[in-house]
Amino acid sequence: MSVLVDDDTRVVVQGITGGEGKFHTEQMMEYGTNVVAGAVPGKGGQEVSGVPVYDTVHEAVEEENADTSVIFVPPAFAGDAIFESLDSGLDLAVAITEGIPTQDMARVNKRLTETDTRLIGPNCPGLITPGEAKLGILPGNIFSEGNVGLVSRSGTLTYQVVDNLTNRGIGQTTAIGIGGDPIIGTNFVDALELFENDPDTDAIVMCGEIGGEDEEEAAAFIDENVDTPVAGFIAGRTAPPGKRMGHAGAIVSGSGTGTAESKISALNDAGVPVGDTPEEVADHIEEFLA
Amino acid sequence: MRVSSERKLAGFKQGRNGPSNGMKLHEYQAKQVFADAGVPTPDSQLASDVDGVVTAAEEIGYPVAVKAQVQVGGRGKAGGIKLVEDDDEAREAAESILGMDLKGYHVDRVLVEEAVDFTDELYVGITMDRGEGKPVAMVSTKGGVNIEEVAEEDPDAIAREHIDPAFGMHPYQARKAVYDAGVDQSVARDVSSVLTTLYQLWDDKDGADAEINPLMVTSDDEVIAADAVMNIDEDALFRQPELAEMEEEAAGGDELEQKADEYGFDYVRLEGNTGIIGNGAGLVMTTLDLVDYYGGEPANFLDVGGGAKADRIANALDMVFSDDNVESVVFNIFGGITRGDEVAKGINEALEQFDEIPKPVVVRLAGTNWEEGMEILNEDLVTVEQTLEDAVQRAVEYAEEVSE
Repeated sequence: MSVLVDDDTRVVVQGITGGEGKFHTEQMMEYGTNVVAGAVPGKGGQEVSGVPVYDTVHEAVEEENADTSVIFVPPAFAGDAIFESLDSGLDLAVAITEGIPTQDMARVNKRLTETDTRLIGPNCPGLITPGEAKLGILPGNIFSEGNVGLVSRSGTLTYQVVDNLTNRGIGQTTAIGIGGDPIIGTNFVDALELFENDPDTDAIVMCGEIGGEDEEEAAAFIDENVDTPVAGFIAGRTAPPGKRMGHAGAIVSGSGTGTAESKISALNDAGVPVGDTPEEVADHIEEFLA
Repeated sequence: MRVSSERKLAGFKQGRNGPSNGMKLHEYQAKQVFADAGVPTPDSQLASDVDGVVTAAEEIGYPVAVKAQVQVGGRGKAGGIKLVEDDDEAREAAESILGMDLKGYHVDRVLVEEAVDFTDELYVGITMDRGEGKPVAMVSTKGGVNIEEVAEEDPDAIAREHIDPAFGMHPYQARKAVYDAGVDQSVARDVSSVLTTLYQLWDDKDGADAEINPLMVTSDDEVIAADAVMNIDEDALFRQPELAEMEEEAAGGDELEQKADEYGFDYVRLEGNTGIIGNGAGLVMTTLDLVDYYGGEPANFLDVGGGAKADRIANALDMVFSDDNVESVVFNIFGGITRGDEVAKGINEALEQFDEIPKPVVVRLAGTNWEEGMEILNEDLVTVEQTLEDAVQRAVEYAEEVSE
């Protein structure tokens, strides 16, 4: 079992003819992902690595029964591409693109409340159900099948923590990279809810970072609604206020909100141990599963 | 599920005194943008030398304010704003402000501005509330002071109205925010109008923040923007060409941060002596945290981004080596789209040019093509560690050895 993605997922890749789109489509297919179509305006009728390309997402849905999109469209057009997937009745859209204007995402965010499509990202590595399918750019070989759900705002930090788990023989149900932007589709609370309801997920890792209040909201949610044990990690303890640490969303405001201390103490108050190192996170998970 | 609370609302606002993810316009630029849109602003002129200041002051008519044009908060307290009554005072103010170092920024221009005789100071602003994913309009009668402190200590003193980005701000919302804030009836209509214009500008120009603090109220019940903040979403500059042109080299600031801009790195300079290079914001932040955890002090945040090729890796090492504070470097790559062989090539390239390696470099490679990378990497030039924790501890030890 898993959440959001498995080997039945039928994927349309938006931007499949671009360099990144093509490369990662091949990587996804190699991993076993069922990529059924591409969608690129003006490129309908072509094929990329054996995958038929359509001009619109609508066509990909009608002709190939696509139910999920992965978006590799440049930032200037990515907001529009997300709207297209939301308006095509897909179950899930995964936006990998980094650098989408924030106001475009505010409009997308509004549209999300009006559709049943779930959005992951943007500015994220995607998600993976080990042994079944991956959507995005995560390196499949470091993941392994198992019973730990993982949700993270950062791509490479996800890999690091997964590596610590996999090295101890602890596998994952699904790992979700929710993205490092200020406005994202699926947040920690949404992901925690999915894992809580997944009978095969026996423990959860949540990797947060400075900026915003999503981790604090997640802590409150865990306190009230989550019985599955959760271990946390928060990046950015040493970040000075007012400096953006790479991710558009990773910034401690001048008045002190969004700090690592606030997030760690909120999580601790909700009974979530927070590791000082990625290795310690794996220690906690090992204890939960023992 | 959303935890909606004053705690969350208080403090998300990002003005000149706080962080911003955006490109910041200078006060004179923002005022021009606001004035062009019909917001009343005081008469003003930009000047870059002492005579220019005096001439401008005479043309505008005393009293005038001489205001340093640098993008830091607390200019007044730091001596960057002076009110002058005559030519002698104008000359004196110009001499002290032009060329001064204001919190690390060199002042090479001042705005000479008509001094406004005011009875009240208001605050109006628009920003993105990331928690809600919506813009929010804010109005307060406690303008003229650090609005972040007001937000912290007396959050009810700021009226907030969230705006549906699909519809824009309805006229009633501008009125509601103004009345909720307790703005006097005599100027309520004008303040609503300024707020409406401010939202339009924020929306049209891909603003991150747009604010006027203070919006002064005169004894004739007129409103006038005595300061102006406009920060633009950097990710949207591609569709704001006229604003992109206003972006200029910050006068002063950190040399290394400017160099990082040229290389296109996400880089933040810190105070410590352990240099840090990695890929991906979260993992680089974690590496900084571990340096601290193991008793060291991080010198910087440097994210080479995803898919970096050899030359980019070499540039990153060059960046960190040029920081005189750095005594050792930890290079931590967990490859997803970044390939270990490219990283190894870049490290070799950067280090082979030296007769003697200037600062010890600890390398940890994991993920995509790490085995290929380890074969390529010249291990005579670097120290290799297998885990993140070991690599950080080793780099911290090296930095300590040199410092002793």
